[in-house]
Amino acid sequence: MSVWPAAASFALVALLLAALYRPLGDYMARFYASDRNLAVERGFYRLIGVDPGSRQSWQSYLRSILAFSAVGLLLVYALQRTQHLLPGSLGLPAVSEGLAFNTAASFVANTNWQSYSPEVTVGYTVQMAGLAVQNFLSAAVGLAVAVALVRAFASRKETTIGNFWTDMTRSVLRLLLPLAFVSALLLLAGGVIQNFNGFTSVSGLAGGTSTIPGGPVASQEAIKLLGTNGGGFFNANSSHPFENPSAWTNLLQVVLMLAIPFSLPRTFGTMIGDRKQGYAILTAMAAIFTVSLATMTALEFAASSGEAGSMEGKEQRFGIAGSTLFGTTSTATSTGAVNSMHDSFSPLGGMMAMLNMMLGEVAPGGVGSGLYGMLVLALVASFIAGLLVGRTPEYLGKKIGPREIKLASLYLLTMPTLVLTGTALSFAVPGIREDVQGISIYNPGLHGFSEVLYAFTSAANNNGSAFAGLTANTPWLNTALGLAMLLGRFLPMIFILALAGSLAAQDHVPVSAGTLPTHRPQAVIMLSGVTVIVTALTFFPVLALGPLAEGLL
Amino acid sequence: MSTARASARQLGAAVRAVIILTLALGLVYPLAVTGIARMTVNSRANGSVVSLDGQPVGSALIGQSFTDAGGAALPEWFQSRPSAAGDGYDGGASSGSNLGPANPDLAAAIGERREAVAELEGVDPGDVPADALTASSSGLDPHISPEYALLQVERVAAARGLDPDDVRALVDSAVESRRGGVLGEPAVNVLQLNIALLELDT
Repeated sequence: MSVWPAAASFALVALLLAALYRPLGDYMARFYASDRNLAVERGFYRLIGVDPGSRQSWQSYLRSILAFSAVGLLLVYALQRTQHLLPGSLGLPAVSEGLAFNTAASFVANTNWQSYSPEVTVGYTVQMAGLAVQNFLSAAVGLAVAVALVRAFASRKETTIGNFWTDMTRSVLRLLLPLAFVSALLLLAGGVIQNFNGFTSVSGLAGGTSTIPGGPVASQEAIKLLGTNGGGFFNANSSHPFENPSAWTNLLQVVLMLAIPFSLPRTFGTMIGDRKQGYAILTAMAAIFTVSLATMTALEFAASSGEAGSMEGKEQRFGIAGSTLFGTTSTATSTGAVNSMHDSFSPLGGMMAMLNMMLGEVAPGGVGSGLYGMLVLALVASFIAGLLVGRTPEYLGKKIGPREIKLASLYLLTMPTLVLTGTALSFAVPGIREDVQGISIYNPGLHGFSEVLYAFTSAANNNGSAFAGLTANTPWLNTALGLAMLLGRFLPMIFILALAGSLAAQDHVPVSAGTLPTHRPQAVIMLSGVTVIVTALTFFPVLALGPLAEGLL
Repeated sequence: MSTARASARQLGAAVRAVIILTLALGLVYPLAVTGIARMTVNSRANGSVVSLDGQPVGSALIGQSFTDAGGAALPEWFQSRPSAAGDGYDGGASSGSNLGPANPDLAAAIGERREAVAELEGVDPGDVPADALTASSSGLDPHISPEYALLQVERVAAARGLDPDDVRALVDSAVESRRGGVLGEPAVNVLQLNIALLELDT
């Protein structure tokens, strides 16, 4: 089959990302560290009443994030609940309470899980002013937290970690908005639609009716991918020909998802003044990503000898390799967009999508969240390495004491706790189980269990993709997944900012003969190993109940 | 300053920031993109609509059915893939089937389609390509594989009384190869192929 074109297309993605790494990474490092504000930014700070020159303690930085996200949550909820009164509703009614909560939580938490089918649920105003705006803002929040942590590594005896308002504003105005604008134009050139036509019915060539949907898609599609959000304008997401019309746009979409997450290690290296550390993080991310992509692709090619030829739930213009490239990219970042239906993947191919998320989405992860997730793992890897050889554990000149390791552990335990608790409750509580098995699960047998496990994995990791046969618009799943998304987003952020506060307050330990280097191949292998082993130990039992059993029996 | 007062100030800043950013990112940005789209790629931005004799017959990007009201294939047209969007190719309800790999319903559907396509085209059931047996991810896939298009040549030519070689040449010229030689899979746009077929026939 088409193995060589597949390999060549993957190499093309790698080349494009390599070309972006230095300019994009250095650009971010420069504007996050800058003291200068653009005129439009100064006007904005004056309007919202903050002093861009001030710096915040980690607690104050956190309060800003929580206030900003809470207001965003309320606005998205309110827009949905009042949709029928707004212009551009396409005649759709108000979204119900449970679904509106789930969707608001989903977009504010950078998840974009969709319990709803967009074509029949949300009009243009909710999509543009609610959902697409949060695609920008939730991504900017993720970037701000990552930058605060990086700054803390570079600081000495500081009580502050930066200013949330400037970090967020610059993320939007100097990075996401210009990139989204250019990307939207490229998508338009590729055939993505941008109009306010509603649904147009025409008489098709053979006489039947053909419905042509409309909408401001290109502007939303661009930030959906750049911000690793993933919520489709249409139900079929990036497999819809109006969202992703060709193999060209497919390549562009993959690069947009990976561009910022894979360039942030450069930003990190530049900001701490040691670019080798950035390359070490990048290498670990790229190694895990490459192995995962090759594995999923091999599994789907292997399954193509079966009855369905691996083409159920896949588009002809993308083929198998275009689908696994997108699927791996989407689940290894926190995007969750799909250009093929993961529910119809082979059991082990679908498991790879789950595994990518279960790794904590660190290879390369979401915008910002991937970097701070990987830095926590680097801290843990250095801690273990230090203990193994009997040295004081340090990372980047910061001592890893009890407080740091407690916060890192809390960070790492949050996601698995949410995934496993949510999945277990879905089957353990009799009333809920009836609901889940009777209404929500679509496919019979082990695959049905995988649908629920996938849903909680996706929600707690803020991914948003699904084994989409699952009917998630039920009171239990709307509530449980909504909470998993919010807790999976904001609890880890609390631990990261607390960690940043504690690291910033420390002085730098001078490098000595006893310092373990953290940029050499050994350290990269250690970091990759810790990432994989922590995940494997946590999730092997539950995977054995679902996709492993289905794929191997 | 007390924590409560600090929090109140943060909340005020958050409310104002969200309102201003909603206007900028939720209104100005998409309208600016729409304006540029109108001026530059108006036809594509409005859905790449294809017209025949001045009448729109669909979008080049949205697949459609070439069946009778009962869903039976019309022999004089090239057929699209199976579709799980609504009752089939419903542009208001894009969706895949989401049938799992081991779901008996999927095996049954594939078996039925294999029989039906083999009978319609007069070929061995083992020769039916995968895309003819499976529903796409969007349910609106505008393409089929070159293999599936070639499989339909004899039947279409017979139904229209055309020379099969002419129809085969039409398919060959309709094949879109891998983009840049490596991206995606070769594909044939069914609506555009059928329009070309109509032109050949008249």
